[in-house]
Formats: sequence, C-alpha cells, structure tokens
Amino acid sequence: MDHNKSTLNLFNNIDLATELRLGLPGSDDHTEIKKSLSGNKRSSSEMGSSTCTQENESTFSPPTKEQVVGWPPVRSYRKNIIQAKKPEAEMGSGMFVKVSMDGAPYLRKMDLKMYKSYEELMKGLQEMFKCIIGLYSEREGYNGSQHVPTYEDKDGDWMLVGDVPWEMFVNSCKRLRIMKSCEARGLGV
Amino acid sequence: MSKHVTGDCFITYPDQDQVLENVLENVLTFLKSRRDRNAVALVCKSWYRTEAYTRSEIFIGNCYAVAPQRLIQRFTNVRSVTIKGKPRFADFSLVPLDWGAHFTPWVVTMVTAYRALEKIHLKRMSVTDDDLTMVARSFPSFKELVLICCDGFSTGGIATVVSGCRGLRVLELIEDEVSDDNVDWISCFPVDNPTKLECLSFDCVESAINFESLEKLVARSPMLKKLRLNRYVTIGQLYRLITLAPQLTHLGTGSYSPVEQQENDNSRVSDYVSAFAACKSIVCISGFREIAPEYLPAIVPVCANLTSLNLSYANINAEQLKPVIRHCHKLQVFWALDSIGDEGLQAVAATCKDLRELRVFPIDAAENGEGPVSETGLLAISVGCRKLQSVLYFCQQMTNAAVIAMSKNCPDLVVFRLCIIGRFRPDHVTGEPMDEGFGAIVKNCKKLTRLAVSGLLTDRAFSYIGQYGKLVRTLSVAFAGDSDFGLKYVLEGCTNLQKLEIRDSPFGDLGLWSGLHRFYNMRFVWLSSCRVSQEGCLDVARQLPRLVVEVFRRDEDEGGERSDYVDTLYMYRSLNGPRADAPSFVKIL
Repeated sequence: MDHNKSTLNLFNNIDLATELRLGLPGSDDHTEIKKSLSGNKRSSSEMGSSTCTQENESTFSPPTKEQVVGWPPVRSYRKNIIQAKKPEAEMGSGMFVKVSMDGAPYLRKMDLKMYKSYEELMKGLQEMFKCIIGLYSEREGYNGSQHVPTYEDKDGDWMLVGDVPWEMFVNSCKRLRIMKSCEARGLGV
Repeated sequence: MSKHVTGDCFITYPDQDQVLENVLENVLTFLKSRRDRNAVALVCKSWYRTEAYTRSEIFIGNCYAVAPQRLIQRFTNVRSVTIKGKPRFADFSLVPLDWGAHFTPWVVTMVTAYRALEKIHLKRMSVTDDDLTMVARSFPSFKELVLICCDGFSTGGIATVVSGCRGLRVLELIEDEVSDDNVDWISCFPVDNPTKLECLSFDCVESAINFESLEKLVARSPMLKKLRLNRYVTIGQLYRLITLAPQLTHLGTGSYSPVEQQENDNSRVSDYVSAFAACKSIVCISGFREIAPEYLPAIVPVCANLTSLNLSYANINAEQLKPVIRHCHKLQVFWALDSIGDEGLQAVAATCKDLRELRVFPIDAAENGEGPVSETGLLAISVGCRKLQSVLYFCQQMTNAAVIAMSKNCPDLVVFRLCIIGRFRPDHVTGEPMDEGFGAIVKNCKKLTRLAVSGLLTDRAFSYIGQYGKLVRTLSVAFAGDSDFGLKYVLEGCTNLQKLEIRDSPFGDLGLWSGLHRFYNMRFVWLSSCRVSQEGCLDVARQLPRLVVEVFRRDEDEGGERSDYVDTLYMYRSLNGPRADAPSFVKIL
C-alpha cells in the first residue's frame, strides 16, 4: 500500500490547472475528430471546483459527422443490416443500383449516395457480401483477391470500379457486379 | 481400510476418509454454482480433489487467463465448456483482426481428455472449420454447440458439425460472422426420423438456405422448440414452417416479408394469423429482418403469452407497433429500433407492466441534433415499467431529470446503459453535464452491477460512481471525464469492479496506477485512446507480474510513432503468463 501513498502525493503535487486538458483526449490523428466542439469546452478556472455548472448549452452544435471508429457502440453487424434498409421514402434522393455477386443467389440494392469515396463503397460491399475485395492500384487493378468489383456504365459497358474519379463513377454507374477474379480477365485486371 | 475379525469372517469397513469423500462427492453433484465450487475447492486438498473430479461444467471468462493443459489436468470429467475470448470492444472494430482468441489450442487439448464432452459454448472466439471438424469427429456424445459473436468459420464448417454429431440437440449461431462457401449445410443433417433437434438458430448466417431441406428437417423434428431463421427465409416459407411446428416456443421469423412486393394480399394475412394462432406455446419472437409492416399484426394471436419480443431489426413506427404491443401484457423483454419513437415507448409503458429488459437501438448512427427517442420515452418507460432491471438506450439527447426519475422509479435496475450518441452532449434542457443523472442511478439503484455512461461528464460523475457503485462489476466509459481523478475515483471506490472498458477519455498514468491494488481481482482493464504512456504501462507490468499487459494500435498500418501515448492498453490477470500466439502488432510488456 506504499504505492498508494506515493501516488496520492503525486496527485497533491501536480498543478491541476496545467494538467487538465481542455481539448479532446489525445486530439491527434487517431480519433479523427475535427475540433468543432468549441461550444463544449469549459474554461480552466472552473476545473477542480466543486460544482461544475455551465452556461446554458441549448445552442449545442454537434460535432461534424466525421466517422469515429466504433462509435456509437452498435455492432457493425447491426449497423449494416439497418443501413441496408433505409426506408423507401428516401428513394427519391438516393441513388439505388442493383448489386450482384457471382455465386450469391440474391441480388442486393445499394444506395451509392450513402458513400463518399471508393474506400467507403468497398467497405460497404465487403460487409454486404462478406467478401474481400482487396486493394486497388491504378496499374494492376485489384490484385491478390478473389473478387473484383465491376460496374455497368451509361453506355452499357462493363468497367472496373476505381478507374475514374468518384463523382464521375456515381453519375455513370447503372449497376454493380462483383466478379470472381478468374472471370475478370479482359477488363485489364 | 480397517479390518475386524468377527467369528469366521473378515469384515472390512471403509475408513472414515473414504466415507467422507464419497459423501462429499455425492453432495457436490448438487452444487452447480461455480462460485460455490471455487469455495469448496479451497477447503483442503481432499475437497479440492473431489471438487475437481466432480465439476462437469467449466466456465472460462478469459481464454488467456489459463492454459488448456492446466484445465484438463485439474478437471477430468468435464461435460460442458464455456469460453470467452476477445474483449467486448472488439464488437465495435476496436480490436485488430487476428488479435487472437483462437479456439484451436482448446479443442486440440480437449480432444485428448474430454471424450464425454457434450456442450461447447463460445463467445468472441475465432473458430476455424478445422476446429469444427475436430469437434464433429472427436466427441461422440456431443449435443450442444453455441457460438456467439464468433468468426473464422464457414458454412462448410457448420456442415461438418451437423453431419458428424448425430446426437446434436442444439445448434445456436448468434451474431457470428459466417463466411459463405456455398455449402448446403442444412441438407447435411442426418436423415434420422425423428431427430433429436431441440434448438436451431441461424439468423446471423448471411447466405441462402435450401428451404426444401429445412422444411423436411422441421417436419421430422418433433422436439424442436427454438427455431431462428435467417433473412433469406420469406414470410411465405415461415408460414409453412410454423404450420409444421406449432410446438415452437422461440421463433426467429427470418425476413418477414414476401419474395416480391405483392399487392396487399388479405387472404394471406389471415392464413398467417391462423398459423400463429395454432402456435400456443410461443413465448419469444425475434427476426423481422426485412419486415413488411402490414404483416406484423399476424403475430397478435401469440402476443398475450409473449415474454420476449425483439423488433430491433424492424424499421416500424409507433402506429405500426401499437396494434401489436397493446396485447403484450406479459412482456418482459423488449428490443426495438428507435424508429418507434417516444410515442412507441409510451405505448410499451402503458401495457407492459412486467417489463424487465428494454433495449432501444438507433436506426441512424450519425450524431444529430435530435432523434426519434429522447428523455420523454425514457421517462414514460420508467413510470410505466417499475420492475425494470436492464436498460440499453440509444438516443441523441437526454436530461438529468429523466435519468434521475428512472433511478427512483426503477430501483431494481441491475444494468443501466445509456448511450447519448452525440459525444460530450450535456443535458439539453439545463446545459449541465450528465453527472447528476448517473450519480442518481448509482445512488438509488442499489442492485446495480453493470453501468455504461455517456454524454458530457466531469470527474464528479466518477466520484459518484466510486462512492455509490459498490456492486458495479462492469463499467463502460467513452468520451468522458476531466482528469486522472476520474479514473482514480472508480478504481478506488468500486470494490467489486471486474471489467473496466474505457475509450477516448483523459485518463493517464496516475489514474492507472491508483488501481494497482485491484488489478489482480479484475478480469480485465481496457483503455484505448486515453493518456496512458508506455512507461506507465511498463510500470504496471513490473509491479504486477501475473498481469498480462498488452499494448497495441488499432490500425496497424498507420506508420510512424504517433505520440507518447499508448493507443490501446488491454490487461488481464493470467496464470499462464504472456501468450505465445500474440501477433506482431501486439506488444506484451
């Protein structure tokens, strides 16, 4: 229990005003949170006081909708299932395309507007079909993976996903198909 | 043995020790609780031996706390094994893939020692198809396989179990990641008629099922009581199955929608109603994975007897819920999506007076200003459902007043988990931190053993938890607290704390060290994205040699030294020392 005594001393000795942080814990790259929480910070003079009341925070502004990993603590399994079923009422603003995967008996529908980048789309596809698509490189396409994502564009041609800028892809993609990589020759894979 | 000579014959009397041991052995067969058995084992060597010999159910809360060899050395007559692996935050992608919790070393060892094994129950373990094959081939009396939140296996693995374990009674796959390798596992059940199958749950299996085989299986399984279908089973197929199995007690309804969006076919609805009416024993319903809400009223005939209703995948509103919930007078467990809104919760509160467990999940995980459920719903529940024991509530905003009211209205609360999705959100009416709300919970709910906090919280909240949360065994903290004092209050005050999981909170080495006297009495401590340093963790490891102190980064591909702070600290007591299977990105100090 000696250790307890010494830690207590340490607590007494530290200068609370300088120890306490004002920002987010470890506001480095890993938490991926933008510093838009200024409305929430309390001034240092209130720290350590017995009452911790604040100004009325009715003008709370939520943090920007950055993705924070694992937050809220809903199992990813649950998140996917629910996201896949956005109510039909939103169809007007969504961009639903059919998605098929070779070997899977049922087609799925996916709202491309829910994603902002190829990375997010890949994640969504991987989670929807429980497959691994692998990394895309400009030169080699999707190397070293069993599945390759392709799409049918406005002209009716089947293209490899990832070659054109994201916005262009979203506007020209009519449907998606995840092919087995052995069948994807001829797309320059 | 003492021998006496009486007349012409010897009479041998067993000596006293032997008698006592026989008596003890018989008495111990009645002792199931593992805490009681652990106490028995401490009495003396003889009791230790007898207890070890008679323990048939093993529970291992952390697969790395003890080695499989040690298990089989001590306990020789095991019929049932339960093992838990990864820490809970693995569910939220905070543990890298390949971190560990492999079932293989366990099964390989048990195969040599437990020929009579009947039941395996795993949670958050990595299980391979080879492991499942070994189970199928090595345990002739095997009856029950339950896998919760596991991964690493495929439909092929399931097929080997199903075909190899002829006496299989229970196969429960709950929230597992099952990869699809196109194996028609449902057709692999032996053709015995009747089967011994009592329980079949595969709602998490994300691949199509051979319905014809399933139907035949159900038809020849008169003992089947629990059937939980996956979302590839349509409502028309469900109808056929429940017609074949009116004896079911637990039903997972699959997709609960027709193959195509048909016109509202009234004749079908009435068929479904009669099918449900014939199921007089159903007490638990779940599923509704892709619900066509117009069919929900078909379950009304069973509502009066329902004790558990899980609508947590059903995107329905209050108006769709009400016609069903108003019949559920006996409901004890209710899970739903927040799409039912405060109004839906009010309807629950009005009818379900016996409610013990409520879980409300968010349909939209984004951090918005407002959401469909709020303090209004929570308050209504607390007023209507006084017997509540367990709450999990996701919302965008909350008030201290509502939480305080719940603490007073529901004194039997054992589990209170409130997740205010917006990080650092204060009481949206008063603007104050949520300290007082959570403080009231720990103070007034004297049976509380599990707590999860959220919203804007200062160290004061933690001082309350430390002061009043004497029975708390599990505490989950995220984005909360001001300083090391917060952690110190908890580690010094919560004398029964077993599992502590904290993320993104400003707790550092000083806070960590204030728990040195407790860590051996805890199952684990998890601290991620906090402010503990490598040296701080090293210090703990040095002072507590029986503690395995793991340090790792969540995403191993971020290169370069990030900072002085450790990304993730996961530490646990262990009889086994540092594990040999730690991947390269895990450092054990």
